[in-house]
Amino acid sequence: MFRSTDFFPVLTLQRAVVLAALLVTVGDISAKDGSSDVTVKPIGRAATAAEIKAWDIDVRPDFQGLPAGSGSVEKGQGIWDNRCASCHGTFAESNEIFTPLVGGTTKEDQKNGRVAALAGNTVPQRTTFMKVATLSTLYDYIHRAMPWNAPKSLSTDEVYAVLAYLLNLAEIVPDDFVLNQNTIRDVQSRMPNRNGMTRQHGLWDNKGKPDVHNTACMQHCATEVSIISTLPDFARTANGNPYEQNRNFGAVRGVNTEPGKSGGAGSTGGDQSSHGADSLHQLANASGCLACHAVSSKLVGPAFTDVAAYYKGNDGALAALVAKVQTGGQGNWGQIPMPAQVQINKSQIEQLVGWILKGAP
Amino acid sequence: MGDSSNGRNHIIKAPENFLTAAEITQVEAGRRDFLRNAFITASSAALASLSSRAGAQTSRPEVGDPDILNLPSWSTTLGKAVATNPYGLPSRYEANIIRRESPGLSHVPQASVAFTPLQSTFGIITPSGLHFERHHQGWQDIDPTRHRLMINGLVKTPKVYSMDDLMRLPSVSRIHFLECGANTAMEWGNVAVPTVQYTHGMLSGSEFTGVPLSVLLDDCGIDLKKAAYILAEGADGSSMTRTIGIERALDDVIVAYGQNGEMLRPENGYPLRLVVPGVQGVSWVKWLRRIKVGDQPFATKDESVHYVDLMPGGMLRQYTAVQEAKSVITSPSGGQVLTGRGRFNVTGLAWSGRGKIKRVDVSFDGGRNWRTARMEGTPLTKALTRFNIDWEWNGEQAILQSRAIDDTGYVQPKIGQLREVRGKRSIYHNNAIQSWLVAQNGEVSNVQVD
Repeated sequence: MFRSTDFFPVLTLQRAVVLAALLVTVGDISAKDGSSDVTVKPIGRAATAAEIKAWDIDVRPDFQGLPAGSGSVEKGQGIWDNRCASCHGTFAESNEIFTPLVGGTTKEDQKNGRVAALAGNTVPQRTTFMKVATLSTLYDYIHRAMPWNAPKSLSTDEVYAVLAYLLNLAEIVPDDFVLNQNTIRDVQSRMPNRNGMTRQHGLWDNKGKPDVHNTACMQHCATEVSIISTLPDFARTANGNPYEQNRNFGAVRGVNTEPGKSGGAGSTGGDQSSHGADSLHQLANASGCLACHAVSSKLVGPAFTDVAAYYKGNDGALAALVAKVQTGGQGNWGQIPMPAQVQINKSQIEQLVGWILKGAP
Repeated sequence: MGDSSNGRNHIIKAPENFLTAAEITQVEAGRRDFLRNAFITASSAALASLSSRAGAQTSRPEVGDPDILNLPSWSTTLGKAVATNPYGLPSRYEANIIRRESPGLSHVPQASVAFTPLQSTFGIITPSGLHFERHHQGWQDIDPTRHRLMINGLVKTPKVYSMDDLMRLPSVSRIHFLECGANTAMEWGNVAVPTVQYTHGMLSGSEFTGVPLSVLLDDCGIDLKKAAYILAEGADGSSMTRTIGIERALDDVIVAYGQNGEMLRPENGYPLRLVVPGVQGVSWVKWLRRIKVGDQPFATKDESVHYVDLMPGGMLRQYTAVQEAKSVITSPSGGQVLTGRGRFNVTGLAWSGRGKIKRVDVSFDGGRNWRTARMEGTPLTKALTRFNIDWEWNGEQAILQSRAIDDTGYVQPKIGQLREVRGKRSIYHNNAIQSWLVAQNGEVSNVQVD
């Protein structure tokens, strides 16, 4: 309904592109000083080859877009332990932070291309390898979005290596396997759920046929109405006190599940005091620290206040912890390792550690 | 069924009857602000009775309401200057009306959800600051002068657009709903969460402003013979990607920069996002940096590992996108308590990804009998529609439900009908009729009925 023929400016626009293409250089895009430029400005410009190369990173199921490269299971293990295991676990089986990547598939599944456990309710979690049908998906995603706190920092070969190691953990390739742009095609034919996706449903297209049907009965529709599920007791308060989640005027109130506690809004002016934006807190957030740490509670890693308490009075703590943040570490606060934070520069790490040792005020 | 015809004249019961046990305890403990609210609801007939319980805390209530008799400070003092808040804020009395994260949903707050407080919003537009949040790797606040949109793939000229470019093109403004495919996901197997904020709060309605994607694809010289799909990609760390069919992409998809009269909020994709009307939120790629035109679907992570719907036989439905007709009563709803017997305006939202809402019916007896609700305004295509209906609560147990019918004739299903076809483990696209149980003490809770 918005085809170009409805928009006469499009024609002039395209002509303007041709006319002015020679006048405009890449990067000359906005009049930053607020002054006007009376030359004809085309709308949009041709992308350069280098620009397309920089952003055109998607890899689709037939491996169009896959860059050449290679990585071994062995090399992948090293990268995994340093950059990935802190969130996904040593064997990609962890349920601590994200849903597990590996598990729930069998040799039989690899043969059939269907994961049997999806039909039953036999495993507690649906892992990535139980669901994913296309190997391209994993290459594409690891490359564009991983590691969690430093996306797009892995080289092409590192992505191949990490993926090789994951395939090894999933028992799809042997220990001495090397994944590259050619071998990846063979591995695709062993993906355990490669035949497990269907597009036979009505939820893609607007004209798709619904699969569930109801009728608009108006009177005496059901002979008996029975309540088959009610809110479990623990869930009544698990999401906070509804009294503090509703207005305290109008047709209804929130149920007060903590009698004796007052309703928040207006009575104290809300909790605006907690809005004091602290620049180091922001730096910690921007640097990815808060992906795994919180100020006063244990998340993946220890609370900053716990770190401060532990090192209180220790003069060498600053230097030691700066080094630990730079290179990574494990064992002081449990078995989940802290990866090396290569994306933060040293002076910022020093600022952050100093702030943490003060209890992250 | 109760009817509202006598609503204006009905006698409101004395407070010991219309307050819950917990609220009576508060009154007895001397909660003044609570009493003041009680005055608003109580008629003068109830005042004498209330004052005798509250004793010295009110000033001569037999004469009248102290909030009328004693002029409040806002009537007797000079107010604040213009532009005291250069960007206006809600009243401090609205501090309870905020987005909330559901504890335990995710271990990492950057890949979590903050739900819209549907129990407290009106009409069909969600204030931008209350629009639900769902991010895959945290949100970013992008410098708009450095943001670029690239279009490549099956086009004659791959092109780059700045915000300057995009904002010179002809714009459209459209009101649409935006619902996460996983909205109401926690309720597939059984009742799991207490309030409508958590059952249905991955839902918002906004007016979006931007350039039709078709204009841009045309400008690049899209190869219409070969083009079958587009890939939309974000500029954030996750660089979220989703496949969209070319018919839809050329139909009503918008490359949007505006939301509710201002620029998009950073949490909603500032400065540029895709608007894909009727389709689940994950396809509305935020911080949009690239559109690629292709001839095959892309099977990205969020259409291969997540956002795939598990069927009873073990097959995963891939590329599920359309949000089928759905509705929910937002007030009264779970976790609320009615302030008394008598007249209520039962209100809620209905929407359909396939078009317009044609009708909404409401039941007060768990689905035995239904009455057709009023529409607040004319239903718009692929937009929220607000409905309401009068209800006289007689103090008995009641089960409230709403049922949407869209202009394709599709009728919103019961949870049992959904489970019969899709089982209980498909996570996404739960558009079941929602049931709220009103107990005799006025407390409303989340239930499922057969």
